[in-house]
Amino acid sequence: MNFTLKVWRQSGPDVKGSFETYQATGISEDMSFLEVLDVVNEDLIEQGIEPVAFDHDCREGICGSCGMMINGQAHGPGTRTATCQLHMRTFKDGDSITVEPWRAAAFTLVKDLTVNRSALDRIVESGGFISVSTGAAPEANLIPVPKVVADAAMDAAECIGCGACVAACPNGAAQLFTAAKMQHLNLLPQGQSERYQRAERMVETMEEFFGSCTNHGECQFACPKGISIDVIAYMNRDYMSAKVKNRKLSGQS
Amino acid sequence: MELNAHIPEGPIETLWDNHRFNMKLVNPANKRRFNVIVIGTGLAGAAAAATMGELGYNVTAFTYHDSPRRAHSIAAQGGINAAKNYSNDGDSVHRLFYDTVKGGDFRSREANVYRLAQTSVSIIDQCVAQGVPFAREYGGSLENRSFGGVQVSRTFYARGQTGQQLLLGAYQALMRQVDAGTVRLVPRTEMLDVVVVDGRAQGVVVRDLVTGEVSSHSAHAVVLATGGYGNVYYLSTNAKKSNATAAWRAHRRGAAFANACFTQIHPTCIPASGENQSKLTLMSESLRNDGRIWVPKDNNDTRSADQIPEAERDYYLERRYPSFGNLVPRDVASRAAKREVDEGRGVGPLKNGVYLDFAESIGRLGRNEIFERYGNLFEMYERITGEDPFEMPMRIYPATHYTMGGLWVDYNLQSSIPGLFVGGEANFSDHGANRLGASALMQGLADGYFVLPATLGDYLAGLLGTKPAGTDAAEFKEAEASVADQTKRYLSTNGKHSVDYFHKELGKIVWDKIGMARDKAGLESALRDIPALRQDFERDVKVLGSADSMNDSLEKAFRVADFFELAELMARDALNREESCGGHFRVEHQTEDGEAERDDENFSYVGAWEWNGPGQAQTLHKEELTFNYVHPAQRSYK
Repeated sequence: MNFTLKVWRQSGPDVKGSFETYQATGISEDMSFLEVLDVVNEDLIEQGIEPVAFDHDCREGICGSCGMMINGQAHGPGTRTATCQLHMRTFKDGDSITVEPWRAAAFTLVKDLTVNRSALDRIVESGGFISVSTGAAPEANLIPVPKVVADAAMDAAECIGCGACVAACPNGAAQLFTAAKMQHLNLLPQGQSERYQRAERMVETMEEFFGSCTNHGECQFACPKGISIDVIAYMNRDYMSAKVKNRKLSGQS
Repeated sequence: MELNAHIPEGPIETLWDNHRFNMKLVNPANKRRFNVIVIGTGLAGAAAAATMGELGYNVTAFTYHDSPRRAHSIAAQGGINAAKNYSNDGDSVHRLFYDTVKGGDFRSREANVYRLAQTSVSIIDQCVAQGVPFAREYGGSLENRSFGGVQVSRTFYARGQTGQQLLLGAYQALMRQVDAGTVRLVPRTEMLDVVVVDGRAQGVVVRDLVTGEVSSHSAHAVVLATGGYGNVYYLSTNAKKSNATAAWRAHRRGAAFANACFTQIHPTCIPASGENQSKLTLMSESLRNDGRIWVPKDNNDTRSADQIPEAERDYYLERRYPSFGNLVPRDVASRAAKREVDEGRGVGPLKNGVYLDFAESIGRLGRNEIFERYGNLFEMYERITGEDPFEMPMRIYPATHYTMGGLWVDYNLQSSIPGLFVGGEANFSDHGANRLGASALMQGLADGYFVLPATLGDYLAGLLGTKPAGTDAAEFKEAEASVADQTKRYLSTNGKHSVDYFHKELGKIVWDKIGMARDKAGLESALRDIPALRQDFERDVKVLGSADSMNDSLEKAFRVADFFELAELMARDALNREESCGGHFRVEHQTEDGEAERDDENFSYVGAWEWNGPGQAQTLHKEELTFNYVHPAQRSYK
């Protein structure tokens, strides 16, 4: 198969970028999209042109490193697929494919298709954990977790932190990411002690960096793990309750 | 070089407890006076950094990823072992210890393995308390499953994403400490040298991968938790960036490197589909619980799997190993698959795989139950191959997956450089010549949460009142200059081939000569071919771009240069080890029916190699292994 790639090139955050057109030839349908970029990069190196910078690592859809807009869609066509899991059999021979970095105000561009997603770490840092220091844990089976609860928590916990939800959102909002982490913890019995502090801190940190949610729902279709926007409803509920409960609790202390 | 494993005296059950009592402590007010550098934020690194932060030390954690959550631990699928005996099937600390020593083919240290088995129990408690969503029974208790190489169900799992969930647990614990101000997190920064001052590791030199800035950082102690070296094969199940540079540079500064030839080839990976394959994808070993492995009996059978009648299939593992069947350990399963493919019975368009068939389990348990157990793995397989495992058996073939070898460490996980500690896959310590499934996560977390924080305290207590060397010390300047030199050299070589070209060529040599089966002639030729290729690399590599910006090719050039030297050591170690054990199979040493033949009389030791300078052969030091609790016997899984 042969493809024409229009790839966004930008050598740094303060430099003007542009699309460059590259040909990818002799591609097999079993190759992944990132392997096509590898082939293009090898050609570029041969020609003395600096290769395209893009984040990638595990190449099996779990590390969340890779992510790019492919033909305007986060992670490209296909559902529940990270860029590294997108195979060329999805495309037609001769297709022209446009490749851009994630675009969101909170994700500043580093180089070419690489962006800085550290704002997502700031959200986790603000409460996306259960405070239990090493050594302080009770015997594991003392905390029974009903299977349905464990399954629901796991559904949310599957998030790989790639940022596709933010990139797909017209507002550049990070509600799906934040809510997924929050609900993973807030659904579990272990997460109850900090449930409302967590909700308040995580939402407020999120709002420092990201846009607001207006229920477009694009995020859940872009999500390579298929996380449902239901978690956002739960987050909103917890945040509302937090506004009441945290005040009451702090009054008692 | 004197290697002292520092194994405490006494009955094995009491060693760790007594040792912890005998170790010096640092009082809480003094802990914040100590600076500790942790390199790598996978399971071992994140867990160690978080725990050291909780204890009150000043921790700086470096990762070359943009976030700690990307570390390759995240890709582990199947599970984590622990001797909880929740299944009431006869498990115990002693049995997990026994299975691990036996599974490692009697090339691991009993004391370390016993501690690992003991600690496994606390790991599960810790992870559950952190909110790791392990699989549950309907009553709410934790569910277990079985795994290769053992006959009890002791594996805890979170769907097919156990590594992800455990890493996120450790990452979250780490971010909690970042929030608390005890850990400073430095992402997108790669370690390029360890700095040894006055015989102690006192810091590191790192490169900022975004700005290219090279800087020095000093500390009272350095922890390396930088993973394994499976990418020396180019094609492996490791993530693309996984590399040996941190460990290798430590080796060049005096840390002994042990058992380099002990590499694990995982039996259930998706076969390569062509020349541009960039990595291989593992299908969890847990699939072997319900999948049956077979090939057609006839070499020339070109029919599709569903057209081949039962009588014309060879379920070779069930035939050769009736008691363990499809659940034999990884090394045994891998070699068996290689034999079938080498003899021409491979399946698939390139005849480079064997079938892993779920038809019987689907019939017995129903499609829903199989989907519940392996749904995400089936989806992953279908996405990669375009084939649905519910309709067609999977095609699998072995691929490099894990490296048991690594930096030599004593019982305290301290390398032969005082002050340099090594955790997780980067050290050699617990798996001997072969790692059992679901034991990597266990070891990473045991090292990170429980062992390193204790043993580092003992080391640091002796340094109370001292300051680490300043980064203006000559040793730091020398290390920085050597990084700058190497950078300049690569950027100015302007040769003909990319770094990946050389990496692929190296991978072919290592896979052919130091892969699943090794022989003297092949290893000797590898020892000629690898240095020759390295010379080509130094002369003819093409690295574009600049030193002061993000430069993927430059990063790779550093890593591949180190892989060359490491590959040579693997060949040297494999040549020296005139026996077959675990993942190391010397063709000259096999039983009549093709099983590995160990030589306990001559090779019951850890082979730890000392660096003698570039282009020089390393010196071998032997740490003799003694077995007082598990008597070495030929592993039999029949």
